Amino acid sequence: MGFSESKGAGGVTVVQVDGQLIIGNRQELKDLVQAALDRGERRLLVDFSRTGYIDSSGLGALVSISKRIREAGGELRLSGLNDDLRSLFELTKLDTLFAITETPEQALASF
Amino acid sequence: MTSPLRLCVRRSAAPDPEGTATLVTLRLPSDVSCIEEAVELVTRHCLAGHVATETIRFRLRVVLSEALSNAIVRGNREDRTKWVEVRAELVPESIRVQVTDEGPGFDPSAIPEPLRPEQLDEAQGRGLFLIRKLVDAVQFNEQGNSICMILRRS
Repeated sequence: MGFSESKGAGGVTVVQVDGQLIIGNRQELKDLVQAALDRGERRLLVDFSRTGYIDSSGLGALVSISKRIREAGGELRLSGLNDDLRSLFELTKLDTLFAITETPEQALASF
Repeated sequence: MTSPLRLCVRRSAAPDPEGTATLVTLRLPSDVSCIEEAVELVTRHCLAGHVATETIRFRLRVVLSEALSNAIVRGNREDRTKWVEVRAELVPESIRVQVTDEGPGFDPSAIPEPLRPEQLDEAQGRGLFLIRKLVDAVQFNEQGNSICMILRRS
Protein backbone atom coordinates (compact mmCIF):
# COMPACT_ATOMS: atom_id res chain seq x y z
CA MET A 1 0.00 0.00 0.00
CA GLY A 2 1.25 3.44 -0.82
CA PHE A 3 1.70 6.02 -3.49
CA SER A 4 4.10 6.08 -6.40
CA GLU A 5 4.91 9.19 -8.37
CA SER A 6 6.09 9.38 -11.96
CA LYS A 7 6.15 11.69 -14.96
CA GLY A 8 3.60 11.12 -17.66
CA ALA A 9 3.35 12.40 -21.22
CA GLY A 10 3.71 16.17 -21.42
CA GLY A 11 5.41 16.36 -18.03
CA VAL A 12 2.25 15.64 -16.07
CA THR A 13 2.85 14.44 -12.50
CA VAL A 14 1.17 11.05 -12.14
CA VAL A 15 0.38 9.71 -8.67
CA GLN A 16 -0.62 6.05 -8.50
CA VAL A 17 -2.66 4.93 -5.48
CA ASP A 18 -1.62 1.35 -4.63
CA GLY A 19 -4.03 -0.28 -2.19
CA GLN A 20 -6.33 1.89 -0.14
CA LEU A 21 -6.84 5.65 0.17
CA ILE A 22 -8.18 5.96 3.71
CA ILE A 23 -7.86 7.93 6.91
CA GLY A 24 -4.58 6.21 7.77
CA ASN A 25 -2.65 7.37 4.67
CA ARG A 26 -4.53 10.36 3.26
CA GLN A 27 -2.01 12.83 4.73
CA GLU A 28 0.75 11.14 2.75
CA LEU A 29 -1.11 11.88 -0.49
CA LYS A 30 -1.77 15.48 0.55
CA ASP A 31 1.93 15.96 1.41
CA LEU A 32 3.01 14.40 -1.87
CA VAL A 33 0.76 16.72 -3.88
CA GLN A 34 1.87 19.75 -1.87
CA ALA A 35 5.51 18.88 -2.54
CA ALA A 36 4.75 18.68 -6.27
CA LEU A 37 3.05 22.08 -6.16
CA ASP A 38 6.01 23.52 -4.24
CA ARG A 39 8.31 22.28 -7.02
CA GLY A 40 6.20 24.19 -9.51
CA GLU A 41 4.23 21.25 -10.91
CA ARG A 42 0.79 22.39 -12.03
CA ARG A 43 -0.67 19.44 -13.92
CA LEU A 44 -1.43 16.41 -11.78
CA LEU A 45 -3.13 13.08 -12.37
CA VAL A 46 -4.19 10.72 -9.59
CA ASP A 47 -4.69 7.22 -10.97
CA PHE A 48 -6.76 4.57 -9.16
CA SER A 49 -6.16 1.61 -11.48
CA ARG A 50 -4.52 -0.32 -8.60
CA THR A 51 -6.76 0.89 -5.78
CA GLY A 52 -8.88 -1.38 -3.59
CA TYR A 53 -11.16 1.06 -1.81
CA ILE A 54 -11.46 4.68 -0.73
CA ASP A 55 -13.20 5.92 2.42
CA SER A 56 -14.76 9.32 3.07
CA SER A 57 -11.47 10.62 4.49
CA GLY A 58 -9.79 9.65 1.23
CA LEU A 59 -12.53 11.43 -0.73
CA GLY A 60 -12.05 14.44 1.55
CA ALA A 61 -8.31 14.41 0.88
CA LEU A 62 -9.03 14.52 -2.86
CA VAL A 63 -11.35 17.50 -2.31
CA SER A 64 -8.57 19.25 -0.35
CA ILE A 65 -5.87 18.66 -2.93
CA SER A 66 -8.26 19.68 -5.69
CA LYS A 67 -8.73 23.04 -3.92
CA ARG A 68 -4.98 23.52 -3.41
CA ILE A 69 -4.22 22.73 -7.05
CA ARG A 70 -6.98 25.05 -8.25
CA GLU A 71 -5.76 27.87 -6.01
CA ALA A 72 -2.25 27.39 -7.41
CA GLY A 73 -3.61 27.74 -10.94
CA GLY A 74 -3.14 24.07 -11.72
CA GLU A 75 -5.27 21.22 -13.02
CA LEU A 76 -6.16 17.84 -11.52
CA ARG A 77 -7.48 14.75 -13.29
CA LEU A 78 -8.58 11.41 -11.83
CA SER A 79 -8.48 8.11 -13.73
CA GLY A 80 -8.76 4.35 -13.44
CA LEU A 81 -11.87 4.18 -11.23
CA ASN A 82 -13.61 0.80 -11.45
CA ASP A 83 -17.41 0.65 -11.16
CA ASP A 84 -17.36 0.32 -7.35
CA LEU A 85 -14.94 3.21 -6.85
CA ARG A 86 -16.84 5.36 -9.32
CA SER A 87 -20.07 4.68 -7.40
CA LEU A 88 -18.57 6.45 -4.37
CA PHE A 89 -18.01 9.59 -6.43
CA GLU A 90 -21.51 9.37 -7.91
CA LEU A 91 -23.24 8.80 -4.56
CA THR A 92 -21.50 11.83 -3.06
CA LYS A 93 -21.87 13.87 -6.28
CA LEU A 94 -18.10 14.34 -6.31
CA ASP A 95 -18.15 13.15 -9.91
CA THR A 96 -19.39 16.68 -10.65
CA LEU A 97 -16.39 18.24 -8.89
CA PHE A 98 -13.58 16.25 -10.52
CA ALA A 99 -12.46 15.71 -14.11
CA ILE A 100 -12.59 11.90 -14.32
CA THR A 101 -11.44 9.77 -17.26
CA GLU A 102 -11.52 6.03 -17.70
CA THR A 103 -7.80 5.51 -18.33
CA PRO A 104 -4.65 7.42 -17.39
CA GLU A 105 -3.84 7.76 -21.10
CA GLN A 106 -7.14 9.57 -21.69
CA ALA A 107 -6.43 11.82 -18.71
CA LEU A 108 -2.95 12.69 -19.98
CA ALA A 109 -4.35 13.52 -23.41
CA SER A 110 -6.96 15.82 -21.85
CA PHE A 111 -4.53 18.33 -20.28
CA MET B 1 5.92 -6.29 15.62
CA THR B 2 2.96 -7.89 17.38
CA SER B 3 -0.41 -6.68 16.17
CA PRO B 4 -2.45 -4.92 18.85
CA LEU B 5 -5.66 -6.36 17.34
CA ARG B 6 -7.51 -9.09 19.25
CA LEU B 7 -9.55 -11.36 16.96
CA CYS B 8 -11.92 -14.13 18.01
CA VAL B 9 -13.91 -16.31 15.62
CA ARG B 10 -16.55 -18.75 16.87
CA ARG B 11 -18.14 -21.06 14.33
CA SER B 12 -21.04 -23.44 14.83
CA ALA B 13 -21.93 -26.24 12.41
CA ALA B 14 -25.55 -25.15 12.20
CA PRO B 15 -27.25 -21.87 13.00
CA ASP B 16 -27.92 -21.51 16.72
CA PRO B 17 -31.41 -20.58 18.01
CA GLU B 18 -30.61 -16.91 17.36
CA GLY B 19 -29.70 -17.76 13.78
CA THR B 20 -26.03 -16.89 14.20
CA ALA B 21 -23.84 -19.44 12.45
CA THR B 22 -20.56 -17.60 12.94
CA LEU B 23 -19.56 -14.85 15.30
CA VAL B 24 -16.46 -12.77 14.65
CA THR B 25 -15.27 -10.29 17.25
CA LEU B 26 -12.35 -7.93 17.05
CA ARG B 27 -11.01 -5.47 19.57
CA LEU B 28 -8.71 -2.71 18.41
CA PRO B 29 -7.04 0.31 20.02
CA SER B 30 -8.02 3.85 19.06
CA ASP B 31 -5.30 4.20 16.44
CA VAL B 32 -6.21 4.95 12.83
CA SER B 33 -3.14 3.04 11.62
CA CYS B 34 -4.90 -0.18 12.77
CA ILE B 35 -7.95 0.37 10.56
CA GLU B 36 -6.66 -1.21 7.36
CA GLU B 37 -5.56 -4.43 9.07
CA ALA B 38 -8.84 -4.60 11.01
CA VAL B 39 -10.87 -4.13 7.83
CA GLU B 40 -8.98 -6.91 6.06
CA LEU B 41 -9.31 -9.33 8.98
CA VAL B 42 -13.03 -8.78 9.51
CA THR B 43 -13.79 -8.82 5.77
CA ARG B 44 -11.87 -12.07 5.28
CA HIS B 45 -13.77 -13.82 8.06
CA CYS B 46 -17.14 -12.38 7.05
CA LEU B 47 -16.79 -13.68 3.51
CA ALA B 48 -15.04 -16.99 4.25
CA GLY B 49 -16.94 -19.95 2.87
CA HIS B 50 -19.36 -17.78 0.90
CA VAL B 51 -19.42 -16.74 -2.71
CA ALA B 52 -19.17 -12.97 -2.60
CA THR B 53 -19.32 -10.50 -5.45
CA GLU B 54 -16.59 -7.89 -5.68
CA THR B 55 -19.22 -5.26 -4.93
CA ILE B 56 -20.19 -6.92 -1.62
CA ARG B 57 -16.51 -7.20 -0.68
CA PHE B 58 -15.95 -3.55 -1.65
CA ARG B 59 -18.98 -2.28 0.27
CA LEU B 60 -18.06 -4.23 3.38
CA ARG B 61 -14.52 -2.85 3.35
CA VAL B 62 -15.67 0.74 2.83
CA VAL B 63 -18.36 0.70 5.55
CA LEU B 64 -16.05 -1.05 8.02
CA SER B 65 -13.40 1.56 7.38
CA GLU B 66 -15.96 4.35 7.86
CA ALA B 67 -17.44 2.94 11.05
CA LEU B 68 -14.00 2.27 12.58
CA SER B 69 -12.81 5.71 11.59
CA ASN B 70 -15.86 7.35 13.20
CA ALA B 71 -15.45 5.24 16.34
CA ILE B 72 -11.75 6.00 16.74
CA VAL B 73 -11.68 9.67 15.74
CA ARG B 74 -15.09 11.02 16.76
CA GLY B 75 -16.11 8.49 19.40
CA ASN B 76 -12.88 7.77 21.29
CA ARG B 77 -11.12 10.99 20.18
CA GLU B 78 -8.06 8.87 19.37
CA ASP B 79 -7.54 8.21 23.08
CA ARG B 80 -5.19 5.19 23.04
CA THR B 81 -6.56 4.01 26.39
CA LYS B 82 -9.98 3.44 24.81
CA TRP B 83 -10.94 0.52 22.58
CA VAL B 84 -13.27 -0.17 19.68
CA GLU B 85 -15.22 -3.42 19.56
CA VAL B 86 -16.35 -5.07 16.31
CA ARG B 87 -18.91 -7.85 16.44
CA ALA B 88 -19.96 -9.53 13.20
CA GLU B 89 -22.79 -12.06 13.13
CA LEU B 90 -22.79 -14.11 9.97
CA VAL B 91 -25.68 -16.05 8.52
CA PRO B 92 -25.96 -17.41 4.99
CA GLU B 93 -28.14 -14.53 3.81
CA SER B 94 -26.50 -11.56 5.46
CA ILE B 95 -23.69 -9.98 7.45
CA ARG B 96 -24.54 -7.98 10.57
CA VAL B 97 -21.64 -5.87 11.82
CA GLN B 98 -21.75 -3.84 15.01
CA VAL B 99 -19.02 -1.29 15.84
CA THR B 100 -18.99 0.16 19.36
CA ASP B 101 -16.74 2.81 20.87
CA GLU B 102 -16.28 4.12 24.40
CA GLY B 103 -17.31 7.69 23.55
CA PRO B 104 -20.38 9.58 24.75
CA GLY B 105 -22.26 8.88 21.50
CA PHE B 106 -23.88 11.24 19.02
CA ASP B 107 -27.25 11.95 17.44
CA PRO B 108 -27.12 10.43 13.93
CA SER B 109 -30.26 12.34 12.90
CA ALA B 110 -28.35 15.61 13.40
CA ILE B 111 -25.84 14.80 10.65
CA PRO B 112 -26.86 16.57 7.41
CA GLU B 113 -26.62 14.97 3.98
CA PRO B 114 -23.45 16.25 2.32
CA LEU B 115 -24.94 16.82 -1.12
CA ARG B 116 -25.79 20.51 -1.16
CA PRO B 117 -23.68 22.32 -3.78
CA GLU B 118 -22.02 24.52 -1.12
CA GLN B 119 -21.00 21.37 0.79
CA LEU B 120 -19.32 19.61 -2.12
CA ASP B 121 -16.10 21.49 -1.44
CA GLU B 122 -16.01 20.30 2.18
CA ALA B 123 -13.36 17.74 3.08
CA GLN B 124 -15.48 16.08 5.79
CA GLY B 125 -19.01 14.88 6.49
CA ARG B 126 -19.52 12.01 4.04
CA GLY B 127 -18.86 8.98 6.24
CA LEU B 128 -22.28 8.25 7.68
CA PHE B 129 -23.91 9.16 4.39
CA LEU B 130 -21.79 6.58 2.57
CA ILE B 131 -22.59 3.91 5.15
CA ARG B 132 -26.32 4.53 4.74
CA LYS B 133 -26.00 4.30 0.95
CA LEU B 134 -23.84 1.15 0.85
CA VAL B 135 -25.61 -1.18 3.29
CA ASP B 136 -29.16 -2.50 3.45
CA ALA B 137 -29.95 -1.29 6.98
CA VAL B 138 -28.32 0.86 9.67
CA GLN B 139 -29.26 1.02 13.35
CA PHE B 140 -27.80 2.89 16.32
CA ASN B 141 -28.10 2.18 20.01
CA GLU B 142 -29.82 4.76 22.19
CA GLN B 143 -26.55 6.29 23.38
CA GLY B 144 -25.29 6.70 19.81
CA ASN B 145 -21.92 5.03 20.41
CA SER B 146 -22.74 1.80 18.61
CA ILE B 147 -23.66 1.37 14.95
CA CYS B 148 -25.09 -1.81 13.48
CA MET B 149 -24.85 -2.32 9.72
CA ILE B 150 -26.64 -5.09 7.85
CA LEU B 151 -25.47 -6.14 4.42
CA ARG B 152 -27.30 -8.80 2.41
CA ARG B 153 -24.95 -11.15 0.61
CA SER B 154 -26.84 -10.89 -2.69
